[in-house]
Amino acid sequence: MPIKEIQIFMKHGRQSVPDLRNAELSSMFRGRPVISPDITAEETAKVAALCPTGAISGGPCSIDLGRCVFCRECQFAVPGRITFTNDYKIAANVPENLIIRAGDDNPVSLDPSGIRKEIRSFFKHALKLRQVSAGGDNSCEMELNAAGNVNFDMGRYGIEFVASPRHADGIVITGPISVNMAEALQITWDAVPAPKIVILAGTDAISGGLFAGSSALDRSFLQKHPVDLYLPGNPVHPLTFINGVLDLIGKR
Amino acid sequence: MKHEKHIELKGQPARVKMDAIPVLHYTVFSLHITELLREPFNHCLNYFVVPFPDKYKFICCIANDETKSILLFSHEHEKVSHISLPSLTRIHFPFHIFEREIHENFGIDFPDHPWLKPLRYPYDRHDKGKSMDSYPFYSMEGEELHEVGVGPVHAGVIEPGHFRFICNGEKVLHLEIQLGYQHRGVETLFVENESSLKNALLAECIAGDTAIGHAVCHAGVMEALAGLPVSEILALERTIALEMERIAMHIGDTAAICTDIAYQFGQVVNEALRTIVINTMQGWCGNRFGKGLVRSGGTWYPLTPALSAEIRKNLQEIRQRYGQITGYIFSMSSVLGRFEATGKVTAKQASLIGAVGMAARSSGLKRDIRWSHPSLAYSRLSFEPVVISRGDVWARAMMRKSEVEQSIELVLHLLDLLDGKDVHPLPVYNTAAEPDAFSISVTEGWRGEICHTAVTDENGKIRHYKIKDPSLHNWMALALAVRGQEISDFPLCNKSFNLSYCGNDL
Ligand code: SF4
Repeated sequence: MPIKEIQIFMKHGRQSVPDLRNAELSSMFRGRPVISPDITAEETAKVAALCPTGAISGGPCSIDLGRCVFCRECQFAVPGRITFTNDYKIAANVPENLIIRAGDDNPVSLDPSGIRKEIRSFFKHALKLRQVSAGGDNSCEMELNAAGNVNFDMGRYGIEFVASPRHADGIVITGPISVNMAEALQITWDAVPAPKIVILAGTDAISGGLFAGSSALDRSFLQKHPVDLYLPGNPVHPLTFINGVLDLIGKR
Repeated sequence: MKHEKHIELKGQPARVKMDAIPVLHYTVFSLHITELLREPFNHCLNYFVVPFPDKYKFICCIANDETKSILLFSHEHEKVSHISLPSLTRIHFPFHIFEREIHENFGIDFPDHPWLKPLRYPYDRHDKGKSMDSYPFYSMEGEELHEVGVGPVHAGVIEPGHFRFICNGEKVLHLEIQLGYQHRGVETLFVENESSLKNALLAECIAGDTAIGHAVCHAGVMEALAGLPVSEILALERTIALEMERIAMHIGDTAAICTDIAYQFGQVVNEALRTIVINTMQGWCGNRFGKGLVRSGGTWYPLTPALSAEIRKNLQEIRQRYGQITGYIFSMSSVLGRFEATGKVTAKQASLIGAVGMAARSSGLKRDIRWSHPSLAYSRLSFEPVVISRGDVWARAMMRKSEVEQSIELVLHLLDLLDGKDVHPLPVYNTAAEPDAFSISVTEGWRGEICHTAVTDENGKIRHYKIKDPSLHNWMALALAVRGQEISDFPLCNKSFNLSYCGNDL
């Protein structure tokens, strides 16, 4: 190594996050929300009307993380009643677990009975994924790249993105799934050998997010193929992705 | 009194009444464009059609760099079943992309347009008979030639698009880029959404890697329509945010360019530096891409003295470390061997295709909205854009390096101007907008000029929303850059532009 490179290397130091399971994010980060049990019906109605994606329902107040785009506007509208914490572990394998109810302050978790047996037996030690962006805005895609970069380095767990669907154990979909990508998504999926998994990364992928209802979408793929993991976010944070996948494949 | 052929907007974002925009006969309209574009200091910001129940209104927005103004004029055409007009592209090649869009959306014909191909296959396109899988690719006959198709799904984790190469052996003779896979109906959603908050969020997702650029541009359009003032402090904060986005993306691109020349050390060092910048943004507003930061009239996330100190500290560290690694990168002969003379776009080509932003400046064109049509805090800086004339991968990589250094100095200076100011206005939603008005906002995002325009109806509701991402022009630059190159240089050329798919597809 030339002397200059060594100097840069020294300065660069160790960059990888040592413990991906317990890393702490900035308190500003918008992760799992907590709704106060004291939130009133009027306050609930107010934020339900304001929420741009219809993520908030009443009686009692709840937030569906599959729809929430983490704008934090509801928190600003009813301060003290809704608080977005910096808890990035918000992955679930059943949509029900993405719903946060007033008074809940428990981590979001996977339902073990909903995890197909072959997932853990086949993929626990190595999981290769093919990513398909189907109307993704490139922020989710960049965060998925970051999950494998020098800081997050999910490769340490044998998880990585591969170029060919033939080499993959599943697909990670980003974006609300545009009509114009629907066919390419199906072809990519068909090319992945079984057993295989489907992961939805980002709120757009889970529910359409801000694009739900747009005539430019074709989400029929999701009616045909069961989803193994939902990863909310706008975009999904690398730590949400990595922890969610580790929980799915049963790696501690 | 002489009848004016255009209305001149001094300063932007700005709004005018729709009926204040002169309506010209098509012959006069095209002659006026010819006359204006004869001057090298004029270029077309946007040209599009607004449909009304009974007519189509063609609106042309020309930027004049000398007077720092925007010139608006229009043409109206009755809505009849078949409209055929002489193409403006014949005389002004940069119009090719605008006319393709107009043709695709409304079926308006330009018989002498040389390349009237689909642009993005929007769901509400005029001709539903055209579909993604029947794109009319250019082809060449020849025993020695072969075609290579790549995408829409690419090897890496990136957005989809299709590239069709015609090659002679390893050498690329022609590249055609088919886009549209990312089309989400964004412009229609801006009209359909009832809530201005939802539109602010949507603006951040037009191209998520330019969340701040598009959000600032959108806020400008909405504030102009509502007559909302932008306070000095808000202008400073937005300018800082725009430059932070530029720094983050340029460092990320420096890493990605290193990846594509298989220089892993350069890649990882730059990746780690980008992380510092985006984590600083996360500390500011809770999102690494700055989503949530920019809202009409104010912000929920004031730049506090503590945050300013954090930004200063981090940028000073990045200045030192980025300078060190890039100084080294640009001194290695093995790197230079891959950068130099690869993927060249000449100044003439750049100006013919209407290239904007960083791609234009790397080919010797001085085109930068921060300099030519400054708004926010740029108006109080004597900003001079970096211009590099070589037009190759080296120039585009060096552009990243130079602009990161320039932007760091800018942010540090802007933070000084911010010191001691602490009146932070909050966001304002659903304000009444001027009825029957036209509003325009132009922002220099990290890729180049972003232009948003909105037209309101008689109740002040948005009737038409038009977005122009810099990639709309610059994709053609990539197609030209790879001509005569080895096909194996394509990834490097592509990365050196790093264009947006969703920004094009909307
Ligand atoms: S943070 Fe989520 S729940 Fe709250 S308003 Fe935004 S999208 Fe709705």
